[in-house]
Amino acid sequence: MLEPASSSSGGAALLVALLLIPLVGAIVVAFLRDNDRLAKQVALGFSIVEFVVMVISWISYDPSGARMQQAFSVDWIPTLGVHLSFGIDGIALVMIAALALLVPVIIGAGWTDKLPADRSAGAFLSLILLQQAITVGAFAATDVFVFYVLFEVMLIPMYFLIGQYGGARRQYAAVKFFLYSFLGGMIMLASAIGAYVQAADTLGEGTFDWATLVQVVSNAPLENQIWIFLGFFLAFAVKAPLVPLHTWLPDAAAEAPITVSVILIGVLDKVGTFGFLRYLLPMTPDASKTLAPLVLIMGVAGVIYGALLATGQRDMKRLLAYVSIAHFGFIALGIFAFSAQSETGAVSYMLNHSISTGMLILVVGMVIARGGSSLIADYGGLAKITPALAGVFLVAGLASLSLPGTNSFISEFLVLVGSYGNEPVYTIIATVGMIFAALYILWLYQRIFHGPVRGNALVDVTGGPGTAIAPEVGARKAILDLSGREKLVLAPLLVLVLGIGFYPKPVLDVITPTVDATLSSVGISDGGN
Amino acid sequence: MSALLFLAQDSPAKETLPQINYPAILPVLIILGAACVGVLVEAFLPKHQRWSAQVFLTLLALVAAGVALAFYMTDAPADGATTLAGSVAVDGPALFLWGTLLALSLGAVLMIADRSVEPGGAFVATAAIRPGTIQDREQRLGAHPARRDAARFGMQTEVFPLTLFALGGMMVFCAANDLLTMFIALEVLSLPLYLMCGLARRRRLLSQEAAVKYFLLGAFASAFFLYGLALLYGYAGSVRLEAIANAAAGSDRSDTLLFAGMALLIVGLLFKGSVGPFHAWTPDVYQGAPTPITAFMAACTKVAAFGGILRVLSVGLESTQWEWRGVMWGVAIVSMIIGAVLGLTQTDIKRMIAYSSIAHAGFLLIGAIVLSPAGVSSTLFYLLAYGFTTIAAFGVISLVRDADGEATHLSQWAGLAKRSPLVAAVFTFLLLALAGIPLTSGFIGKFVVFSAALSSGMAPLVVIALVASAIAAFFYLRVIVLMYFSEPAPDGPSVTVPGAFTTAAITLGVVITLLLGIVPAFALDWAGTGTFAVR
Repeated sequence: MLEPASSSSGGAALLVALLLIPLVGAIVVAFLRDNDRLAKQVALGFSIVEFVVMVISWISYDPSGARMQQAFSVDWIPTLGVHLSFGIDGIALVMIAALALLVPVIIGAGWTDKLPADRSAGAFLSLILLQQAITVGAFAATDVFVFYVLFEVMLIPMYFLIGQYGGARRQYAAVKFFLYSFLGGMIMLASAIGAYVQAADTLGEGTFDWATLVQVVSNAPLENQIWIFLGFFLAFAVKAPLVPLHTWLPDAAAEAPITVSVILIGVLDKVGTFGFLRYLLPMTPDASKTLAPLVLIMGVAGVIYGALLATGQRDMKRLLAYVSIAHFGFIALGIFAFSAQSETGAVSYMLNHSISTGMLILVVGMVIARGGSSLIADYGGLAKITPALAGVFLVAGLASLSLPGTNSFISEFLVLVGSYGNEPVYTIIATVGMIFAALYILWLYQRIFHGPVRGNALVDVTGGPGTAIAPEVGARKAILDLSGREKLVLAPLLVLVLGIGFYPKPVLDVITPTVDATLSSVGISDGGN
Repeated sequence: MSALLFLAQDSPAKETLPQINYPAILPVLIILGAACVGVLVEAFLPKHQRWSAQVFLTLLALVAAGVALAFYMTDAPADGATTLAGSVAVDGPALFLWGTLLALSLGAVLMIADRSVEPGGAFVATAAIRPGTIQDREQRLGAHPARRDAARFGMQTEVFPLTLFALGGMMVFCAANDLLTMFIALEVLSLPLYLMCGLARRRRLLSQEAAVKYFLLGAFASAFFLYGLALLYGYAGSVRLEAIANAAAGSDRSDTLLFAGMALLIVGLLFKGSVGPFHAWTPDVYQGAPTPITAFMAACTKVAAFGGILRVLSVGLESTQWEWRGVMWGVAIVSMIIGAVLGLTQTDIKRMIAYSSIAHAGFLLIGAIVLSPAGVSSTLFYLLAYGFTTIAAFGVISLVRDADGEATHLSQWAGLAKRSPLVAAVFTFLLLALAGIPLTSGFIGKFVVFSAALSSGMAPLVVIALVASAIAAFFYLRVIVLMYFSEPAPDGPSVTVPGAFTTAAITLGVVITLLLGIVPAFALDWAGTGTFAVR
């Protein structure tokens, strides 16, 4: 049934497996509604198999090979020139890898989470796996129509994940999330159709093939490019929230269950920055250059704005959302500074942000699971009770603020160095954001973990007889340090944070050729300066 | 009829009987013939046998007409044919619309025939009994409470022939090649609908109000249509679309007649298609009519009306498109905005779907004014997709009930997913299709319409349409939020286990909505075959 495309370099079966394993897993797990334990085991099994296939796929990916590897293509709607075409390049590969890594981690992390009454783990995990399948498809699609379809369908599992399993204001958050993304998607549809019509005018028949559209649209007049650019950009800027289109993220992140937040911020939002690289730069190079200042202003504004608001947050989950907004601004800066270094930095930042922020969100989730509150003011001196948790929190936090030796450092450094040559002003402003990063992360750590044990979450104010360990206020609640399961879940992330921090070469090797190809399609081929 | 011949005949010198291409119009003849037989059944069969006889007859007629249509299509001339002295054009679009209408009617008739969702059927036995009287209470609750079967309630089985008459009218309407035939078809399709709106078993007053409103406003619209027809006849000297097109292309006669006639004619057509700002009847009638009839109207009338609009615009008024296109842009925008924005404020689910249909009418109108072959085929596909989604949606609405009948207030839908996960899932899917989410037919429909519009330079309209889609998505989402994320009300409605008929209708709608979303190639190709036949 599957006819490998002529450009295929073999290995299409791997990509098919990457797409189908989570999908099949989602269907199987959906039938295990009555047995939560079995559902978790099966879902974990599928996600681990997916991870293994991803590792094989990574190994068999040839960085010096064709742009799209493991590609295949099947006719879907011939009347409209739509093919079910998939293939991966270096950027797609690292994003699929990040997702394949995070899904088993969050299934493990959420193993003992209590779901709302009447909700089964089977339905929840089925949605998670479905989300994974669709997101992998969005990263791997090489047909613009297919990408659009998956980009929109991606909203549905997340909508239910937030709306059914989230916090008190989950309805509001879910609808806001959906409407923002859907409006962006609708505008993008106009641009996708515009590109299709452009191809029909130029070639005589319409097509949605990515490579062909890149050819056609990149040679179109600047005015057409600008319209097409704006439609795609709006959708991507909502997804990878750039200020001022970001307001859905703090609500969604605050209301979604922790494990869902990891997927949402860690990978889903990267579809936006991924779209910048895969669709905006190659398809509309002239418009990208013309409108780069717009994106740069939005990016830098995001860095500063996200940092300021993160500093002022009282809720940990919202704080992390604003931290991510700052990071996304940074990625946008790297992408639209148009140098090989900044671009490579931005792409590796997409991966490293998934790892470090994913880890930070998980650790914050573990804190919240212990204290039962996400307000920072409800905590204090937690390090005395849970030293291991405090240690991991500190590592994740430092990775998030890009301390040298952690994975994010190399990315942030590349972005700053690469951007400075082309865009010194924006780069200097963005650097200020780094100072804030130290402030909000370390201050958060200090408030939660240091000082005397205090706060409603940790101390029972009414007091229990004979258990008053903390002298100044009531009885300390029974809080345990990291369990074996939690250590197991955090271990791979910890290893990657430090591993990539000291030896980023494997990641950069995969990314660089794709980044060079992307840049040369914008007309910059000197490999940076 | 003699008036028709007189007007249609350009030279009254010699009367010759027109050639009739019977195979081409056989589907229409079967439907209208079966309707006449249905009236006889009503007159001669005893009461307890009528329901089964009518259901059998109606379904048989639909299937037979479908077979006749398929048979004719195997060797239909590629560029279509006209028959009955050129007054009916059986061409590609007409055949597609006929197929669509027959298939949609099948779904609607299945819902009409159901007697288990609402015991005894959704229709009152004797509509003339005044609401609130003892007799009315008796016929609502059943005259013989001892008998537990559905038959004890009795039901107005005349709805079946009325449905067939309306369907026959619709089929002629979208194949009519001259305005007078079109007008007669309009009346044939409208009159039964006015009647059927007033037949709801529950909420009799609301139902009668709906019927009266629909009738009065519909009569106005018919008058507009007729007035426009007369003016155009005065302008062109003929009621034939082709003759009007020729006259408009090269004529030194007063343009006032042309424009005034055109405007009035189009107003009449837009009314039937419930395009804003001529939509005022839609919410009230959708809400008050028995739900199976609402489904029939929402799906089939829309198809017929837009079939007529497409033909009139493409064949009769194409040469004057630069005069009316700007106005139609405005109408489409108004319709989309009214539908999307007022839909937000609705609290009754049937009214909400009504406003959704007004927004969809705006999208359809975009496709209809493109006039290119892509525009025509995309509008046809959209009609097919929208019709099935709507039928299934109303099928689901008819299932959610409490002691007073259908629970149409939105608040009553809260927490439905907990009690009936399957019904909630099906309705969610249909709402996503109405919103135009990919992998449903609604998305493909929007996609083809918007790409046709974009390639003929209507980019601003497309952007407005996309924004309107996003606004409209909010009220579809609200229902999903209610069903899934809210706690059920303690005395909330229960979901009736549907009988075989309603199950079949919903399944038909859902399956086609899914199929057209995933493998639309076949329907797209079919919609793209053939253009309007002129003579």
